[in-house]
Amino acid sequence: MALPDKRGYFGDYGGKFVPEILMYALEELEKTYEEACNDPQFLDQFSYLMANYVGRPTPLYYAARLSDYLGGAKIYLKREDLCHTGAHKINNALAQCLLALRMGKKRIIAETGAGQHGVATATASAMLGLECDIYMGAVDVKRQELNVFRMELLGARVISVEQGSKILKDAINEALRDWVTNVDTTHYVLGTVAGPHPFPRMVRDFQSVIGREAIKQIKASEDRMPDLLVACVGGGSNSMGLFYPFINEPSVEMVGVEAGGFGIPTGLHAARFQGGKKGVFQGALSYVLQDEDGQITETHSVSAGLDYASVGPEHCHLRDLKRCKYVSVTDDVALEGFSLLCKLEGIIPALESSHAVGYLIENPPEKGKVVILNLSGRGDKDVQVAKQELQKRKHSHD
Amino acid sequence: MTRVDDRFALLKKNGQKGFIAYITAGDPTLEFTERLIIEMDKIGVDVLELGVPFSDPLADGPVIQSAMIRALKNKTNIEKICKMVKQVRKSVSIPIILFSYLNPVYQYGIEKFARDLKDAGIDGALLLDLPVEESSEYCSVMEKYGLNTVFLIAPTTTEQRVRTIAQYSTGFIYYVSRTGVTGERSDVNPEIENKVRLIKSYTDKPVAIGFGVSDPQQARLVAKYGDAVVVGSAVVRRIQEFAEANDGHISVAEFVRSLVTPLHQGA
Repeated sequence: MALPDKRGYFGDYGGKFVPEILMYALEELEKTYEEACNDPQFLDQFSYLMANYVGRPTPLYYAARLSDYLGGAKIYLKREDLCHTGAHKINNALAQCLLALRMGKKRIIAETGAGQHGVATATASAMLGLECDIYMGAVDVKRQELNVFRMELLGARVISVEQGSKILKDAINEALRDWVTNVDTTHYVLGTVAGPHPFPRMVRDFQSVIGREAIKQIKASEDRMPDLLVACVGGGSNSMGLFYPFINEPSVEMVGVEAGGFGIPTGLHAARFQGGKKGVFQGALSYVLQDEDGQITETHSVSAGLDYASVGPEHCHLRDLKRCKYVSVTDDVALEGFSLLCKLEGIIPALESSHAVGYLIENPPEKGKVVILNLSGRGDKDVQVAKQELQKRKHSHD
Repeated sequence: MTRVDDRFALLKKNGQKGFIAYITAGDPTLEFTERLIIEMDKIGVDVLELGVPFSDPLADGPVIQSAMIRALKNKTNIEKICKMVKQVRKSVSIPIILFSYLNPVYQYGIEKFARDLKDAGIDGALLLDLPVEESSEYCSVMEKYGLNTVFLIAPTTTEQRVRTIAQYSTGFIYYVSRTGVTGERSDVNPEIENKVRLIKSYTDKPVAIGFGVSDPQQARLVAKYGDAVVVGSAVVRRIQEFAEANDGHISVAEFVRSLVTPLHQGA
């Protein structure tokens, strides 16, 4: 049976855990989404924009020098970094802004960590003539400064969140507070496959274009299915987008890479499947990094987009089923991946996607294997942080 | 029948409106909360909503957010709250409902939660991010221990859901009088009257109205439409203001008394 079920569950995970005020908005969204999926006019408009505005399909690029460096497995990069605005986030943001128009809502809010979802939402809002406010943790405002400026250029207001640990989860809290206050006029464009039903399903569906294209493309170039898919997992939208269309291909192995931060033993990481347990957070039952009293603990990652205490519920389910494997990669290894892709392929990857590259460095696949790595975003936003971090590491090695 | 049920029955008999106060347990210490409960009992607060602090209170405004940060500084948790209430329960009869986000309760374990509430002399709970659709296990466990399960109704709640919630909610129904996070507001939402009438058409259970009530005039105005008024942020703000002073709990109680008196004088 296709998941989620009617109540929004993927196995034991998911559901709708929100204050009563939002229940109506979620029902309305679910209904609007169902209707839109069956409306040829909506689907035409969406696919027109995906092709001509976002720039899809994105290429599947054979990374010859990286493949060679890693020992001979054929590594393909799914180039989501070449989407308009520089990451996969636009696939979902654009679709949800179209749904907002359909619901007659003229104001858009969104959270952002790395800033890519914020930029994508600001972009779609500008193009569709919607008012747009973006919540961003104060720590992230600082470390992703370039994206803040981009959002402002696009006409969005960026609201710096000073509460809590001032990162992605705190931006989501503030966005939810805004939504409960302005629910009549406002649609909340949640950026990942987390949160209450129907977001995990809807965002997955909008991102699945990544995997659908990849299947066609790998068949064209290799005439077979890949052996391995690798993607980073924050909330988990780029990985779910790539993985989902391959779910019923048992020979395809899938690995989701979480942020290992300073290393799991330090406790300073965002690897929910290493240090977390089941809990209810920000609308869904999922894996959550928390203490024994159920308080959400602080996370750390060099990558703002992976720095999140929970993870999409469907990932938990796929892990229980042993369909996907979840691992973590430290800041150090992610930065190594970042540098490597720059030097070998002339591609500056986002620090998020660099975690997936880092995984392949630590676990080079056997010669002859065919691998697809989701290059979820480009790294222009990260050059400042990367420079600081790489210099720090260089000095500590001197 | 819990203390909450008894209290609403008594209010009805006396032709009075009820007053419900919200405070965050452990703000700034559990000792202060204990002293405040004793005062609230003396001045006749009808139900005390005792908040369990949570690190990410997404339905709360700045006043209660900072109360929760203060309470978490001394690691206030469900176990410590139950222990404190069990102690103070020996000397007070005030009905007490625990007000919490779901995750702390989920980690504590629902069965253990209900058992410890009962043992401490707490009368029920309201879980802010647990909609009725997800609540069947919770409700049946709470019922087994004879505890109230209070649910919220919002201005956006559809008629069909009003009917379901009216059925699941016990003790009273909490009507959130406007959309938004908790906090004080200067005006009163005119929709209140219609929505409470709708709720009343499905149930005889008492309806308490809250979210945004901040002074005695508003309390009296809002009370016209329901059976009780809930005041949270305005009380919590006084705690923040007076907690460090000598006899700070008395000063907070003075403010609460100003809200209780007009309601108990009858309509």
